Amino acid sequence: MSHTDDTLPVGVEADPIADPGLPAHHWRPTDVDEKAGKRAERQVAALFTLAIVCAILFVVAYFALEIGDNVDTFLGMGASTVALGSALGLGLLFTGIGIIQLARKLMADHEMVEYRHPAASSEEDREATLAALNAGLEESGIGRRPLVRNSLLGAVGALGLPAIVLLRDLGPNPWSDEVVDPENGGGLEHTLWAEGVRVVRDVVGTPIKVSDLEIGDLVNCQPARMFETDENGHPLVHGVDLQVAKSKASLVLLRMEPDDITPGRGRENWTVQGIVAYSKICTHVGCPISLNERTTHHLLCPCHQSTFDLADSGRVVFGPAARALPQLPLAVDAEGYLIAQSDFTEPVGPSFWERDSQ
Amino acid sequence: MSIDTSKVATSNTAAATASKPSKAGAVATWADERLGLAGAMKKNLRKVFPDHWSFMLGEIALWSFVVLLLTGVFLSLWFTPSMAEVEYQGSYDQLRGISMSQAMASTLDISFDVRGGLLMRQMHHWAAMIFIGAMMIHLMRVYFTGAFRKPRELNWVIGMLLLLLGTLEGFTGYSLPDDLLSGTGVRAADGFLKASPVIGTYLSFFLFGGEFPGEAIIPRLYIVHVLLIPGLLLALIAAHMLLLVYHKHTQWPGPGRTEENVVGYPMLPVYAAKAGGFFFVVFGVTAMMGGLLTINPVWKFGPYDPSKVTAGSQPDWYMGWPDGALRIMPGWESHFWGVTLSWNVLLPILVLPLAFFALVLMLPFIEAWITGDKREHHLLQRPRNAPTRTAVMVSLMTFYGLLWAAGGNDLIAIKFRLSINQITYFMRAAVFIGPAIAFWVTRRICISLQRHDNDRLLHGYETGVIMRSAEGAYSERHLPISEEEAYTLTARDRDEVYTVESDVDENGVAAQGSRANRLRARLSSWMYSHNVQKPTRAELEEGHHHAEHEAELQAGLDHAADGHQFDGHHSVEGEELRSH
Repeated sequence: MSHTDDTLPVGVEADPIADPGLPAHHWRPTDVDEKAGKRAERQVAALFTLAIVCAILFVVAYFALEIGDNVDTFLGMGASTVALGSALGLGLLFTGIGIIQLARKLMADHEMVEYRHPAASSEEDREATLAALNAGLEESGIGRRPLVRNSLLGAVGALGLPAIVLLRDLGPNPWSDEVVDPENGGGLEHTLWAEGVRVVRDVVGTPIKVSDLEIGDLVNCQPARMFETDENGHPLVHGVDLQVAKSKASLVLLRMEPDDITPGRGRENWTVQGIVAYSKICTHVGCPISLNERTTHHLLCPCHQSTFDLADSGRVVFGPAARALPQLPLAVDAEGYLIAQSDFTEPVGPSFWERDSQ
Repeated sequence: MSIDTSKVATSNTAAATASKPSKAGAVATWADERLGLAGAMKKNLRKVFPDHWSFMLGEIALWSFVVLLLTGVFLSLWFTPSMAEVEYQGSYDQLRGISMSQAMASTLDISFDVRGGLLMRQMHHWAAMIFIGAMMIHLMRVYFTGAFRKPRELNWVIGMLLLLLGTLEGFTGYSLPDDLLSGTGVRAADGFLKASPVIGTYLSFFLFGGEFPGEAIIPRLYIVHVLLIPGLLLALIAAHMLLLVYHKHTQWPGPGRTEENVVGYPMLPVYAAKAGGFFFVVFGVTAMMGGLLTINPVWKFGPYDPSKVTAGSQPDWYMGWPDGALRIMPGWESHFWGVTLSWNVLLPILVLPLAFFALVLMLPFIEAWITGDKREHHLLQRPRNAPTRTAVMVSLMTFYGLLWAAGGNDLIAIKFRLSINQITYFMRAAVFIGPAIAFWVTRRICISLQRHDNDRLLHGYETGVIMRSAEGAYSERHLPISEEEAYTLTARDRDEVYTVESDVDENGVAAQGSRANRLRARLSSWMYSHNVQKPTRAELEEGHHHAEHEAELQAGLDHAADGHQFDGHHSVEGEELRSH
């Protein structure tokens, strides 16, 4: 650390204790005892031999053990996976430990000293480079001709535009007619719900009568349109369209004591005999809400624990969500099945910039 | 030393003599005649690398990345990055006949119908976790020991970019199977994008190619995961390693180890063998984990369905801390001029992680500005000898750790039968108070340890021998530490608090940048003024004098013991039991 001497204030010494220098080299047993050396040699060779055995075991396990549906035949996992992993792992470990043992016991262990150089180039090199740079710039004439320089910068900058514009067609404009389709639930502000659409059970698609539900029952639902088929029995909504529809239209239906409900303003006739319907998509970042607390009518999102009170217009009672769950106005059709009075009256799911409602 | 070195194995002598051209020599000559690399290789083949266990942490990250490349190529041979709907017809009974995306179906095929496929999938996932974990621990090592100082600041920046890209690589990777858990993560990511002011919905529609989930996201994430980010990672890792070689590795101070040299083993053969052997160890451990520890069993989650979710849904561990911030954030949202601004998503997910990343990225530059230190540093510092720096990192780690724990608030509530509401309220306060406490406690511990070092230097080490004087007073005998240890303990710089000379120049005009300088002086004082400096030569001499005096006084006491110089702490060459 002697180079610090000149930077230190006068009167402060650099090293209160002088550097005693590198300690003397210690010979290892393997250096001085032929027996120890031979023993280390045998150890290393044994480790490499074990690695060979493991490689053979891997090949045997690959062909001998069946895979398929037997995912938990051994230690809760497939025998093939366990055997292949163990054979490969041990083979690699034996190889690695063998090489390290070789390096530690049998390779020369003299420490070497190498001198450092400053990261910077030498003063001359730097000056020569700067001179070359300046000469190059000078000869280019760029500095003397600002018109050329500026128009070049403009050209390069302008050519960045195609690169950005080319990405435009990654997706449609969320507010274009191509996307927004109130009839078929297209766009961020519409779902498959509409006036008169039956509320049906998710997965099975059966319609629901008031009498089907006991107090406290919670049912996951979808709009009946999601299960409609064409004349050949093929579903009308499937694949990606089905996923998009589900990500917005998913609904929870809950029956509670009608007296427990505190209806929101203008929502007095949105419930049917204590049955309320809310969007299943969390207003925080869009997880489907699923955990029902039966006694309190609270619904908890398992992703970030936002909790909503279904007896009180889906109000947020806890957690990071900022807005109440959108409520679906319910009614009963002529056959006594639950239907929607309309689509949701506000966009479902996570907030977005253009959203114009509380 | 009475070891007979006359029988030293012949392998352990100086460089082999090139008496006759070897096979390796012939190959090297052939290559050099075409590539002319001998000039560069003559120095680098025997390049010296210092030895310390903590220098291995970055190696774990490097080797796990190699494992990721190898297993990833294997997986890409079978994986189909498509969201087209198919009916699963593979070996796994419980999902047969179910509609799912091709991505999910091919993931199931890799797991159940390709021999070794599940092993490779699990190795790939474990290696990803090890990769990111090793990078983070390596980062802490570099920070705690001051290895980020000039000339290595740019390598710190590259390392931070590697960590950021590695995290993104992990997210894009675990989203690919299109199972219920990963789909839920992508759904949340869509919510994050939509919360971006002004451009949120456009970002979402452009990324997903339309309304969530669309059918574009998996193929797009796939190409980012297998080409774009790995390419950047490879380039940055190459730059990281080249700078490491150019700067030469830092080393711990000690006898003969100075700022001007580097002491250690040559790359060929010892370091190459140790590092190469360690690659096999990392690979082997990953293979054992892949074979014995189940990870991401997508067949238990099922295919993604936007109307379903499982309780306890959590991202991979390195994504846990922003998720924790998201969970404990109060539900703030603003509505004005017909638009919505979601602070509850914006702050914890879009602002906080980037701000945290930027802060950690800037740490070397902030410290360099406060200290005004323009020297190169190649000797590492013990964390205790930079108390404020150490305390800053522990404080940041506490912040990170608390948010990470908050990301598991539901699991904590279930396992410990606590109220999730109370955990959340507690965490809201703890993420601010905890780091402050951690800072203060860490700094005090560091300063105590510095005092302890000075005690050892000035008064020697505690022998455990209790002396009783004629009056019946008890004291413990101290003996001086070895010269090597004493040198190592004092091989550090004195901290200098920066002070502003004068606010005004000779004409009485406020000096340029004097406000910045005053701030710098305050920060420098905050950083250094509590530190304990190493003793001066005079103090050491006085300490030794005092110790000798003490020893003389104790020499005639009842239980004066001798022989402690043979306790292994000292060089005992030519030492005999004292006779007085």
